[in-house]
Amino acid sequence: MGKRITVDPITRIEGHLRIDVEVEDHKIKNAWSSGQMWRGIEVILKGRDPREAWIFTQRICGVCTTVHAIASVRTIENALGLEVPLNAQYIRNLIIAAQGVFDHIVHFYHLSALDWVDLVSALQADPKKAARLAQQLSDWPLNSAKEMKAVQERLQKFVASGQLGIFGSGYWGHPAMKLTPEVNLLGVTHYLQALDYQREINKVVAILGSKTPHIQNLAVGGVANPIDPNTPAPLTMEQLLHVKSLIDNIKDFVKKVYLVDVAAIGAFYADWTKYGAGVTNYLSVPELPMDEKGTKFLMPGGYIANGDLNTYQPIKDFNDEFFAKNVKECIKHSWYDGDWNRHPWAEETKPDYTGYDEEEKYSWIKAPNFKGKPAQVGPLANVLCMYAAGHEPTRKYVREVLDIASQVAGARIGLEALHSTIGRHAARAVRAAVLTDTMDEVWEALVTNIGKGDYDTYNPPKFPSGEIRGFGFHEAPRGTLSHWVIIKDGKIENYQCVVPSTWNAGPRNHHDEMGPYEASLIDNPIADPKRPLEVLRTIHSFDPCLACAIHLHNGDDQEILQVKVL
Amino acid sequence: MIKTRANTSAHSQVLVLGVGNILMRDEGVGVRVVQRLEELYEIPPQVEVLDGGTSGVELLPYIEGKGALFIIDAMQKGDMAPGEVVVLDLSSHIHVYRNRISPHQLGISEVLALATLQEKIPPVVKLIGIRPSRVDTGLELSPEVEEAVDRAILLLKKELEGMGLGLAEKRG
Repeated sequence: MGKRITVDPITRIEGHLRIDVEVEDHKIKNAWSSGQMWRGIEVILKGRDPREAWIFTQRICGVCTTVHAIASVRTIENALGLEVPLNAQYIRNLIIAAQGVFDHIVHFYHLSALDWVDLVSALQADPKKAARLAQQLSDWPLNSAKEMKAVQERLQKFVASGQLGIFGSGYWGHPAMKLTPEVNLLGVTHYLQALDYQREINKVVAILGSKTPHIQNLAVGGVANPIDPNTPAPLTMEQLLHVKSLIDNIKDFVKKVYLVDVAAIGAFYADWTKYGAGVTNYLSVPELPMDEKGTKFLMPGGYIANGDLNTYQPIKDFNDEFFAKNVKECIKHSWYDGDWNRHPWAEETKPDYTGYDEEEKYSWIKAPNFKGKPAQVGPLANVLCMYAAGHEPTRKYVREVLDIASQVAGARIGLEALHSTIGRHAARAVRAAVLTDTMDEVWEALVTNIGKGDYDTYNPPKFPSGEIRGFGFHEAPRGTLSHWVIIKDGKIENYQCVVPSTWNAGPRNHHDEMGPYEASLIDNPIADPKRPLEVLRTIHSFDPCLACAIHLHNGDDQEILQVKVL
Repeated sequence: MIKTRANTSAHSQVLVLGVGNILMRDEGVGVRVVQRLEELYEIPPQVEVLDGGTSGVELLPYIEGKGALFIIDAMQKGDMAPGEVVVLDLSSHIHVYRNRISPHQLGISEVLALATLQEKIPPVVKLIGIRPSRVDTGLELSPEVEEAVDRAILLLKKELEGMGLGLAEKRG
């Protein structure tokens, strides 16, 4: 048996995740992913008014507030067969797209770039050389030597004041850090610029959602933004123009900085296109509905089996049976009472902690499966499905990212490179670029519709007596999210959230097949078992967010980061 | 290019930030404190009160450039009794926040780090910490922590008065 490494918790993520790996000859041979907190939202929602569910679900997680709110109202609307006015779909779509772009930028620069970019090394860079390199790749105006020098000085001051410890989760000087000081400086420069841009695009969410971090404008049946283009009512033309200027602001950053950085860093770390594929069954759902019923979408979604794009099967609308029938969750290796693989409507939530045992039960996360198989969700799944569906904007940005990467690497990098750790970052950047373009289209549609004199934003829900069922999905920044509800006499009888991080972080399933995190770690190199940076690289590439996969803080745990090598 | 300014009330000098998860009882006490604060008191224009939930980097624009930041949060510290409230001055040593005094320091500590790196960290950063008693699933606070909410508000009120910012009780 190889050397055992436990990373607990994985840092720079929301929530609490433990990863165990076995290493032989500097390679990972086996892996286990364990959620260390229990989620209990179902318990809170039982018996409540379905119209309020979204207010609670958006509190599940601090990173995904908006996405749980959206999924929840769609779920109740689905149960009621309730259509949503066009204006409400458009306003929701703008919030969804802006939040997605915000989330992707923050994930790459602020939550995972430090796995690849060495802050300390940037201090040794020649700012002029760094600027020259940057200008070869992109005509972004903030790639000047002056800008790089200013960033280097600020970083110098920060490090000199002894505050680097705040970023205690960084792996400065690790042997797996391969970038030159100049590329590192470029990375740090854009890291800081990204802070300004993420804030700007998130204002779209704040304006339309009335507030961040918890939006307040949703309602089952539409949105609560009354529209009147002529008076200072909540949503005015002036506000819509402000939204438009914010959309315009973000485009260049996504296309000239984010997309380029991901391609370049990916090329410098080209060996990481060979690691991290893991589970290559990909699941995503269509997003940005442009009609009242949810049958026409700007972004397609579906299912791909075994990494073969020819197997693509679309998921077509908000009532899609192929999706509704094929989602199940298994608890064979999870701390719940029993051993079953059930459809969400048939699930029960009976926690039963029996200790960490890899042969038996070892996680609070259930093992979701689609058509009985584990599936990877997230921007990579979404981008591959959109590519397979022939979605032209997706194909354009995939070509662009691969062209830049090939140019930097001096060798042709093809589509197959996306099935990897670094490919997940590339796909996220592609998705961000696609989303920025959709915002223009949605904004135009909204303004045109209001121009026609349609100010409708809300269809009131009516709850029948007896039992109804519904599901709602949302292609969230971390991947496919679905909520499932059973309503009895107007009250919630059962509520289940099958969330992206559950799909990806789940343990082995009913056939003992590994979940996506587990499978993706196999054969990853480990240069230094005491500092397993490579584990973080692959896990972070999924953009883990465990707070909603599971919940409840483990109060006994006192360690910030514990790496155990046995 | 960025042309617009932050969307938060640019004129307020002080941010009162309640954080925590209200679905986990006492874990959400920080949010409960700011909710009650807004119920009971007129908030002067110099003070911005924010329910931060369990957010991270989204809080950055609210924090940047403020003169003072008060974080109200559940605090896990062994020598405190459940419901005990303390004020810690974190100004110029915000790294203290890393030492697992809060169950969700990850988000907040990184946000404070980013504000520091940007040289936009408020000169005064104080934590009003409340020791939780129950952090299981549920919306209700435990009785000890329920009582602590008013004490936390009084401590905050005193801090603000020390800065010349009085809070008047709402009428009716």
